Amino acid sequence: MSSFEGLDVISISDFSKEDVMRVLKTAKGMVPMATGRKPDRSLEGKIMSALFFEPSTRTRLSFESAMKRLGGGVLGFAQPEGTSIMKGETLADTVRMVDAYSDVVVIRHPHEGAARLAADFASKPVINAGDGAGQHPTQTLLDLYTIWEGLGKLDGVNIALVGDLKYGRTVHSLTTALSMFRTNLSFVAPPSLQMPRELIDQVKEKGLPLKMTHDIRDVINDVDVLYVTRIQKERFPDPQEYAKVAGTYRIDIPLLRDVKKNLMIMHPLPRVDEIAAEVDETPYARYFQQALNGVSVRMALLSLILGGTK
Amino acid sequence: MRELRVQPIKNGTVIDHIPSGMALKVLKILGISGNVASTVTVAMHVASAKMKWKDIVKVEDRELNPREVDKICLIAPSATVNVIRNYNVAEKRRVSLPERAVGILKCGNPNCITNQKEPVETVFLVSSKTPLLLRCRYCDRMLEDVAAAIV
Ligand SMILES: [Zn+2]
Repeated sequence: MSSFEGLDVISISDFSKEDVMRVLKTAKGMVPMATGRKPDRSLEGKIMSALFFEPSTRTRLSFESAMKRLGGGVLGFAQPEGTSIMKGETLADTVRMVDAYSDVVVIRHPHEGAARLAADFASKPVINAGDGAGQHPTQTLLDLYTIWEGLGKLDGVNIALVGDLKYGRTVHSLTTALSMFRTNLSFVAPPSLQMPRELIDQVKEKGLPLKMTHDIRDVINDVDVLYVTRIQKERFPDPQEYAKVAGTYRIDIPLLRDVKKNLMIMHPLPRVDEIAAEVDETPYARYFQQALNGVSVRMALLSLILGGTK
Repeated sequence: MRELRVQPIKNGTVIDHIPSGMALKVLKILGISGNVASTVTVAMHVASAKMKWKDIVKVEDRELNPREVDKICLIAPSATVNVIRNYNVAEKRRVSLPERAVGILKCGNPNCITNQKEPVETVFLVSSKTPLLLRCRYCDRMLEDVAAAIV
């Protein structure tokens, strides 16, 4: 995609490296407006519909804030309860309806492929805000933005993805995106939750160095970024086994004793106890900033898609 | 070896060069069970110069639609489909794998949007021809058992 105007954002795989950089640079320019320091009315008169077929307060508020910071309007619903969807209306029909009321459609849905389907039925651009265990491209873009903004580059960055790499959609999309750049990746997970074969192959095909381990101490002192995800209890049939595993992936101060000075610890949030609260006060903690970056990145996408930024 | 066991047909379709053992799957794709109006002949494990062993299916008084040919191609890429009219081969087609398989496969992911009550046909993109690997255009999952997913 050379011009973003009118395009759908369904999967990070639809982006080239140049597209990603375009979004990141545009997002950086959005920071003064995203933080309310500078007003912007470039999308005045435009309407974003936000269809949240499953609740995700964090993502929804981030999108709504982004649209309103650009002077646009927002309509939609935060969960399907009380809408015609509960009466059995198809997604296709709901999309046809909102397509007439708005200029861009943001969709969050519990079924994989829902955003692609919505894009088939909408004449207006569709942005995927997460579909089941599938894609969540704006999360991936804000993750990339956080790394790029924090370290000044993506090529040459040393990144460890930690936790549930098998089922975590965030780390799958992030792996796809990071392998567009010359990154050094480490996959840190218990053997039963390691990265799927397909994604490992994807990294190897690009000729990128890849390290796989179950022990976080193997990599922690070498990495620039530690991207932590939650290991869910439900993945383990035996609660004792879960407790044992989860404990070894918990990030706390003693574990960080010899890390790089500029280490960035990231997390897609919400976190439970995989990062100790004491880490929040260290300069390494970037997860709250990461969430805030979501507004600038979503502003960039909305602006590029709706023609606010040429 | 004895002479041809399968007699020529007047009108219909001959599907030849089916990989040995796949003939019954071809019948399933064509929806052929006990109640067909015309004769269906199946030859299994026939010696073949080209492929050592092959299966052949002859369906009288029926020509296949493109979707049926696409489905056969998914399980029998080596097959040839000959349309017979008045004892002559009127059309000789080698099946070829399309870039995308539309409406002929069911996604194996129960959580895929195409498995909900939505007015869409499934679309699978061919990501590799040998071995045959197909990816759902909607949920991105690879199809694990192609033969079992044919609708
Ligand atoms: Zn699917």
